[in-house]
Amino acid sequence: MSNLSTASLLTKKDFESNQDVRWCPGCGDYAVLAQIQKLMPQLGIPRENFAFISGIGCSSRFPYYMETYGMHGIHGRAPAIASGLKLARPELSVWVVTGDGDALAIGGNHFIHAMRRNVDLKIILLNNRIYGLTKGQYSPTSELGMKTKTTPLGNIDRPFSPTAVALGAGATFVARTVDSDQTHMAGVLKRAAEHKGTAFVEVFQNCIVFNDGAYDAITDKSVRDDARLMLEHGKPLVFGKNKDKGIRLRGLEPEVVTIGEHAASEADLVMHDESAEHSGLAFFLAQFDAPKFPVPLGVFRAVRQPTYEEMNTQLHTDAAARKGRGTLAGLFSSGDTWTIK
Amino acid sequence: MSVEAATAATAESGARRGEPRPVEELDSVTIRFVGDSGDGMQLTGNEFSRAIAKAGHDFATHPDYPSEIRAPTGTLFGVSGYQIQFASRAVFTSGDAPDVLVAMNPAALKTNLSDVKRGGIVIANSGAFTDNNLAKAGYKANPLDDGSLGDYRVYKIDIAELTAHALKASGLSKKEVGRCKNYYALGLMLSLYSRPLEKEEEDIRHKFAKKPEVAEANVLALRAGYAYADATEMFVTSYKVRTADIAPGTYRSLTGNHAAALGFVAASELAGVPLFLGSYPITPATDILHELSALKHFNVTTFQAEDEIAGICSTIGAAYGGALGMTTTSGPGMALKTEALGLAVMLELPLVIVNVQRGGPSTGLPTKIEQSDLLQAVYGRNGECPIPVIAANSPADCFDCAIEAFRLAVKYMTPVIFLSDGGIGNAAEPWRIPDPAALPKLEVKYRTEPEGFQAYARDGNLARAWVRPGTPGMEHRVGGLEKDFLTGNISHDPVNHQRMVEVRAAKVAGIAQDIPPLKVEGPEQGDLLIVGWGSTYGSIVQACEKAAAEGRSVAHVHLRHLNPLPSDLGDILKRYKTILVPEMNLGQLARLLREHYLREVVTLSKVQGKPFKVSEIYDRILELC
Repeated sequence: MSNLSTASLLTKKDFESNQDVRWCPGCGDYAVLAQIQKLMPQLGIPRENFAFISGIGCSSRFPYYMETYGMHGIHGRAPAIASGLKLARPELSVWVVTGDGDALAIGGNHFIHAMRRNVDLKIILLNNRIYGLTKGQYSPTSELGMKTKTTPLGNIDRPFSPTAVALGAGATFVARTVDSDQTHMAGVLKRAAEHKGTAFVEVFQNCIVFNDGAYDAITDKSVRDDARLMLEHGKPLVFGKNKDKGIRLRGLEPEVVTIGEHAASEADLVMHDESAEHSGLAFFLAQFDAPKFPVPLGVFRAVRQPTYEEMNTQLHTDAAARKGRGTLAGLFSSGDTWTIK
Repeated sequence: MSVEAATAATAESGARRGEPRPVEELDSVTIRFVGDSGDGMQLTGNEFSRAIAKAGHDFATHPDYPSEIRAPTGTLFGVSGYQIQFASRAVFTSGDAPDVLVAMNPAALKTNLSDVKRGGIVIANSGAFTDNNLAKAGYKANPLDDGSLGDYRVYKIDIAELTAHALKASGLSKKEVGRCKNYYALGLMLSLYSRPLEKEEEDIRHKFAKKPEVAEANVLALRAGYAYADATEMFVTSYKVRTADIAPGTYRSLTGNHAAALGFVAASELAGVPLFLGSYPITPATDILHELSALKHFNVTTFQAEDEIAGICSTIGAAYGGALGMTTTSGPGMALKTEALGLAVMLELPLVIVNVQRGGPSTGLPTKIEQSDLLQAVYGRNGECPIPVIAANSPADCFDCAIEAFRLAVKYMTPVIFLSDGGIGNAAEPWRIPDPAALPKLEVKYRTEPEGFQAYARDGNLARAWVRPGTPGMEHRVGGLEKDFLTGNISHDPVNHQRMVEVRAAKVAGIAQDIPPLKVEGPEQGDLLIVGWGSTYGSIVQACEKAAAEGRSVAHVHLRHLNPLPSDLGDILKRYKTILVPEMNLGQLARLLREHYLREVVTLSKVQGKPFKVSEIYDRILELC
C-alpha cells in the first residue's frame, strides 16, 4: 500500500489496487476502470478522499480494483449509501459505479432520488443491456424482441433510456459515452468529476459473453459516424462521415436533414446548449435512438444548482446562528419543567 | 372577559354557586378522555398530565388512537382515547380500569364504558348524544336517559353548548369555538381534582402565542369549565390526590420517542461525534425523526429517505464516514431493512436501528401496542447474522437505552437493534432531568495509524478498527461478500468462512460479559419469578407488589439486554420453582429462554393492541404461587 497523499504526485498506478481484476477478458468494464484510474490523479484530490460505492452486478466489483476507500454494498442501494456518506462527509469525492440492472431495476428508487436531491455524487452507469453476473437475463435497457434466458420468445418489456430517466429525475449533469472510445470517455468523465452536484454518466458497455455487439452500430468505424451524434456545447447538431447531416426541428418534431438538400442549411439546425436551464432540449436528445436517429454521445446537460449537502450545511449554519450552538443542559430543560424539592 | 364573567355565563346556563364541596382524598386516579379522533383528546390528555405533573404527582399515560387521521365523526372506529393514572405514590402504568370516563360522544361511551370501574364517574358530552350520533354508535335509545348507566355516576354536560355560550362574545367562528371544547373539558377535570388554573392559563398563552385571540378563547373555555364544575352541584364531592413522594429534582414530561431523541443527541455530544438519522416516516416511530429534525443547532443531520431501505443504507454510508448513524422504523419497515442489516453485520460498522413496535404482521395495527418483533430482531436475517438487541421498559428509559445502544455499537463495531413499542413511544411520564456531566462516557476512536493496519484485525472485544475515508495511507475496501479474516479482501476460502461466521457470533455473544448484573425485585429465591422485557414493566411491578403484599413468594427481573442474554440470568432462573413470562406476543422471550436455558417457562400472552392490566398479571401470579 502506498502512503502517498499528496495529490500532485499521484499517478494512475497509485489507484490500482492489489486485487486481481475478475471481469471476463475483453469486457468493456476494463476500459472504464483504466480511464477512471487515469483520471483520478488529474483531479487534485488526495487519494484518501475518494470513496467508490457500488451495489451488485459485474460493474459493482469496481471498488475492489481501486486503491481508494470503497464499499461493495447491496443490490441497487449504492446511491443511498453514497448519499449518507456524502452528507456525513461533504469533503469526500464520492463515486457510485452501477449497472443497468442495479441502477434501473432493483435500485430505481434510490437512483432517481439521489439525482432529484442533487447530492454531489458521480454516478457511472455501465449499460450493457443485459444481466451479466446472473448469466444472461434481460434488463430494463434490453431491446424489445431480444432473446435472453428469461425471454426465449423475445423481450416484451419496453426498455427505457438511463439518460432520459436521469434527466426526468432532474439531474444537473447528464452525459453519455461509450467504452470503445477512450478519448471521448476520458473527456466526459473529467467533466463529470469537475461538476458540482450529481453527475450522471451512462457508458455504453459491451458484454462480450451475453450481449456481444450490442453497440456495434455506433462503435464500428465503418458505420459509426452516420449512427452517432457527438454533442458539442454551442455547436449545431451535425453528424455523418462527411459532417453533412444535421437535426432540424419541425414544430416539436425533430428530423434528420442533409445540409444543402431540401433547402437545409447549417443555420437551420438545432444548436446544442448543455447549460440551458430548461432540460427540454436534453430530454429531446435523449429520445434519439437508432435507426431513425443518430445516437447522441457527450454532455446532454450541465447546470450548476445548489447541492443537497451545501443546503444541508446551510441549514445547520442558520440554525446555530438563530438558536446558538445547542447544549445538552439547555436541551434537557427546554419545554415545561417543574421542580420537586 | 374575567373569571367572574365566565362564571356568570355558566351560571346562566343553570348552575349556581353552592357551598364548598367536601374533598375526598384518594391514592390514585385513572382518567380516560375519549372522543372523535378530531376532538383533541390527545391534546386534552397531554395538557391534563402536564398539569398533574406540575402539581407533584407521578403519572403514566396510554394514548390509544385509530390509524385514520380523522375518521368519519361519531363512528365507533374513529374513537380516540388518552388514559392517565396519577397517584400519591410511584406510578408504573396508565391504570387498569378508569375511575373517570370523559366521553365526548355516544361512540366513545359505547366503546369504553365496559372498562370503567363500577361506581365510577362518567362525564358525557350530552349535546353530542343526538339521534344521528346514537344511531352511528348503534344505540337504540339514549343511554343517558334510559337508565342503562345505573352502575355509574353519570354527569351530563353539554360541553359544546356551554363552551359556545362562554365564548359568545369572543368573535370567533363557530368552527373555532368548537375547537375550544377540549379546554372546557380540561377545566372540568382540573376542578374535580382540585388543581389550580393559573399555570394552565400561562401554558395556553404560551402555546398559542402566535394567535392571541385563540389563546384567550381557550383560556375562557378552560375557566368556564372550571367554574361550571366549581359552581354546579352536579359534582357532590371533589377529589384530592396527595402528591407523590418523588425524588427531588427538576422534571419534565416526556414520551418515549422524545426521550429516545434526547438520548441520541446526548450520545452524539458525549462522543463528540455527529449524529446522522436516515429514516422514512412510519407510525409509531416518526416522532423521533420529528424531534431530531428540529435539532440542527446540534451536530445532528436528519435525512428523510425515499424509503425504508434508503433509510438504513444512508445510515450505513454515514457510519462508514464516521458518524453515529441511526435509523428509526416500525415492524414493516424493519422487514424492509433486513438485507441492509446483514450488510452492516458484514461491514462491522456501528449503527443503531430503533424499532418502535406495533401490532403485526404486515400493516397490522399501526397505532396499537405489541411486542411481537423480538424474534425478528434476534433472528430475522439470512445467514448467521448476530445483532445485539436491547429494549426500553418505559418512556424515560428510552433515554438511557439510546445511549446504551450507541455504547455497544461503537465498542463492538456492530449494528444494535433498540426495541421500543407504540405504548412507550407515545406515552408520557415524568423524566428527572439528568446532569449532563453525570452521564456515562462514550468513547469513540478512529484508527489513523497506517502502520500494521489490517481492515479486519480485531481488538480484545473482537471489534475491528473504525477507519474513516479521508484517513491517509489506509485506503481499503469493504463489502457484503465474505472477507478474509485479517485483510478484509474477498475470500471464498471454506475454512476462512467458518472462522468469520464464528468470530462474528463470538463478538456479539461476548457482550454478555459487558452487561451489568441483573436486579431482581423480590425474594432471592422462591416460588415464582416473572421475567419481563419492554413495556410490560409497569404492569408487572404493580402486580408483584400487590401479590407480595399478600405474602406471595414472587420476584421480578426485567431484561434490557435480549441478545445476548445477561450472563447471570441462567443462575437466577434456577432459584425459582416457576418462571412466568408475560408478553404482548405469543411467547417470544419464552422461546428464547427455553432455548438458552433448557428451562420450562409459563407464557402469559396478550395480543389485543392494549397493554397488560395489572389485574391480568396479578391473577396469573395467584394461580402459580
